[in-house]
Amino acid sequence: MEDFRAEVEGQRAYLLRYARLHLRDGGAAEDAVQETLLAALAGEKTFGGRSNLRTWLTGILKHKIVDIIRKAGREQPLPDGDDGLDALFDARGHWIDPPAEWRGPDASLETQQFFAKLEECLGRLPAKTARTFMMREHMGLETAEICKELALTPTHCWVLLHRARLALRECLQTNWFSR
Amino acid sequence: MIGWLKCRDAARLASQAMDRRLTLGESAALRVHLSICEGCTNFRKQVEFLRAAIRQLGTRDP
Repeated sequence: MEDFRAEVEGQRAYLLRYARLHLRDGGAAEDAVQETLLAALAGEKTFGGRSNLRTWLTGILKHKIVDIIRKAGREQPLPDGDDGLDALFDARGHWIDPPAEWRGPDASLETQQFFAKLEECLGRLPAKTARTFMMREHMGLETAEICKELALTPTHCWVLLHRARLALRECLQTNWFSR
Repeated sequence: MIGWLKCRDAARLASQAMDRRLTLGESAALRVHLSICEGCTNFRKQVEFLRAAIRQLGTRDP
């Protein structure tokens, strides 16, 4: 029991990093992690060493995060925000600045600086866009599930996901791959 | 077939292909466009790279 508590506690920093990627409000991220740790300690028997502890805890945390996002959405619906992405294409629908090939993208995945830049780029997205995108790409939820949790139509969901990709691509192009 | 896609629509479909199953018409039109458009081909590669990168975010201990 004490060992389990210590092991669970040992994952706190990891879980907090995870939660902060999804919740911009640091207090909300702390709450999600705290609730996860409590639920984990109460549910030691259900864990029973079946899977990797971190994976199991992350599974609980995802639910807590989605709960918080859902509740926050009910209280104050967020506007999408004007992200200026329409300016990427001209009136005829052509790229104004067509994406050029990125040199050595895989090598970027080996560096901390790249991930720091990626987080910075995520931080510039409008809140609702970032949230939807992270539920899709970081949590790996299906679009249908995200739409349901956020009370969005599938079309709206796809639009937000696409806008997130356009914006992140631009941001990395400018701030990382053009160095 | 609904005619030639513009880059704006091709990029949108390349992105949506990661979130839903495209219709046969959409996926055929996208394939044709990608075969002749380097910008959109790069875009598609880059959003796939983004997915791989985001999945790794926060997984390493600092």
